[in-house]
Amino acid sequence: MSVLLENSPGTKRKIVKKPELLAPAGNLEKLKFAVHYGADAVYIGGQQYGLRSNADNFSFEEMREGVEFARKYGAKVFVAVNIYAHNEDLPGVEQYLRNLYEAGIAAIIVADPAIVETAKRVVPDLEIHLSTQQSTMNWQAVQFWKDEGIPRVVLAREVSLEEIREIKKRVDIEIETFIHGAMCSSYSGRCVLSNHFTDRDSNRGGCCQSCRWKYDLFEDGTVDIERIVSEEEARRDKTIGHFKEGMKLLPLFAPDDDPFTMGAKDLCMIEHIPDLIEAGVDSFKIEGRMKSIHYVATVVNAYRQAIDSYCEDPDHYVLKREWLEEIYKAANRPLNTGFYYDEPGHEDHIYGPEEKLIGYDFAGLVVGYDEASGIATVQQRNYFKPGQEVEFFGPGGTFFKQKVGTIWDEDGNVLDAARHPLQLVRFKTERTVKEFDMMRKKMDEK
Amino acid sequence: MARKPELLVTAGSMEEVERLIAAGADAVNIGEHKYGLRLPGEFSPKQIGEAVRFAHEKGAKVYVSVNNIMHNELLSELPDYIKRVSEAGADAIIFGDPAVLVAAKQAAPGLKLHWSAEMTTTNYASANYWAGKGAVRVILARELNMEQILEIKRNVRMEVQVQVHGMTNIYHSKRNLVHSYVEHQGRDAECFERGIDRGLVLVEAERRDQKFPVYEDRNGTHIMSSDDICMIENLHELLERQIDSLKIEGLLKPLQYNETVVSCYREAIEAYCANPEKYEFQPEWLERIKALQDPDRELSYGFFYKEQVY
Repeated sequence: MSVLLENSPGTKRKIVKKPELLAPAGNLEKLKFAVHYGADAVYIGGQQYGLRSNADNFSFEEMREGVEFARKYGAKVFVAVNIYAHNEDLPGVEQYLRNLYEAGIAAIIVADPAIVETAKRVVPDLEIHLSTQQSTMNWQAVQFWKDEGIPRVVLAREVSLEEIREIKKRVDIEIETFIHGAMCSSYSGRCVLSNHFTDRDSNRGGCCQSCRWKYDLFEDGTVDIERIVSEEEARRDKTIGHFKEGMKLLPLFAPDDDPFTMGAKDLCMIEHIPDLIEAGVDSFKIEGRMKSIHYVATVVNAYRQAIDSYCEDPDHYVLKREWLEEIYKAANRPLNTGFYYDEPGHEDHIYGPEEKLIGYDFAGLVVGYDEASGIATVQQRNYFKPGQEVEFFGPGGTFFKQKVGTIWDEDGNVLDAARHPLQLVRFKTERTVKEFDMMRKKMDEK
Repeated sequence: MARKPELLVTAGSMEEVERLIAAGADAVNIGEHKYGLRLPGEFSPKQIGEAVRFAHEKGAKVYVSVNNIMHNELLSELPDYIKRVSEAGADAIIFGDPAVLVAAKQAAPGLKLHWSAEMTTTNYASANYWAGKGAVRVILARELNMEQILEIKRNVRMEVQVQVHGMTNIYHSKRNLVHSYVEHQGRDAECFERGIDRGLVLVEAERRDQKFPVYEDRNGTHIMSSDDICMIENLHELLERQIDSLKIEGLLKPLQYNETVVSCYREAIEAYCANPEKYEFQPEWLERIKALQDPDRELSYGFFYKEQVY
């Protein structure tokens, strides 16, 4: 077990080796927020060889700035180089890896053995983490990669908590697992729906999320005459398909049934932090390089508090309701626990129209606060106006709600609303706020 | 005379092994669902032995799929299984999980290894990486184009296997997605047949003319392509560059169809290798295949001539 405990008589149990909280950062601003809100490490994408070709991604210059910023907090920056390369992708890899190394990156996340080999040769001091795209599920495979000189494996999302315990027991290696966010419903890397539907290569960053599209389920072949029934009958008895004249396929859904989908609910392990820590997971990974600043800050903030709280006093740990509430304020989809405890069933997929969770918008970012007057300077990120109820939150779980009072612009003119993106406005806050604190409002409230 | 490539086909039963070899296959791909993915039938090690005896008598080879993505619990049985497969006389095993490589080196050091990571076998450098670990053949992803395939062939230190005919797997999940859907509908999912023989298909809302076969087994949910690759017209492009093994995927096809496909490709290979300069594609081959082709499934070039973006 890598979890070290102080347990001498008379002192309370305390976990000394905390797991790493690893957050996504789609761009430099998100990186700063992730780190400020408590991430021990962030993973980002460069301009090439990553799996999110639609994300902003980082230039080498931005990487250096990100590394510099993170260093002040003692945090690390990893870069995802996790495509499955095609021949034509290979020639540039060496120079790219050298540039990453020079930018001060702490580790690269790699799926393709071709890139593993290149990295070992070209940048031997750059740590390699094996990507979840390798779908590593068993201890023997983990041992194999360890023997190849890889100090950390990101496990497949199909691995159970029980299996993680066994892997940790048998192999002395860092294990990283996803604890939060959207999930491929396929084995990672084993899906080319995008390639077939849109000629976009999912394993090189082109995924168009076809698994979340809607499909109808039919039975092909000779239609059994016994099972041909009218739509009326099908509506009454859902156990049978319906068949219309001219159809070549037997539908296996009643006319008002939800269509078939592969789309999965999102992963959320906030309620199971003790299990993950006790299983020996070394790095807790949050998915979402495409997600907003608000999402990253909120989710990181909640997990940071849960991890710290458990490690401080594991025997008296209590899950706080606020953490869960906060998580739900940023959630895009219904949440579940993936494969950790059980194989997902029908309640773990999203059929029919996606349930709209009560969403919140990032309304403003605190950039300054005047103690004497109690007036905050806020950078507008979404429309808000006097009288609107807003929530302020910051790292460590500081939180309060208030109604916005009079809003002034920088020159002291009274505004009827904060209308312009990035506009600096001032108004009184009921409690002290700090730079990097965030202000949110319920969605669609104008 | 040009060097003849191997013509490989999947087989689901002893009868299929016999008839497909008789139709002209040089090798058959078989296995057991517990260890191998998307097999058209089940062969125990004992049955593998029978298949090997028959095949070897006819000068053909038998390759056994051990290409599942493995959980811890299967590891303890793996060395014994591989040993039995090796003792049954299999000519090679197909693997994707490094755990199989490790187990094979211990349990059956002489057994040949073919590397296949399905969709993620996409460049020559990673193929060579596995060659360095002992693989003697790479089975290429079906999403590569001709140019990429030929470039890999030029740059690897191992045999190259390319699928030339049949459907491809386009999505593999550990989740039992059909079971979940049927349960969501409020039907009795346990009584709902979800296996490979049921003939289930998915139709996407905006692509009504394409049906994607879907089925479930102990390894999860498999979704297959709506078209069948058919490279018979352009086979010479692969033959010219001496691709080592040409695979016909026989999954979800009647035996008669697979026999016809094998014999057409066999004729093409023989004709080409007898005299490459004079070789001409015979339209009759394609017609014989088309006569048995499911009219709803397009015969296509797969990704052989496609450009993909990302």
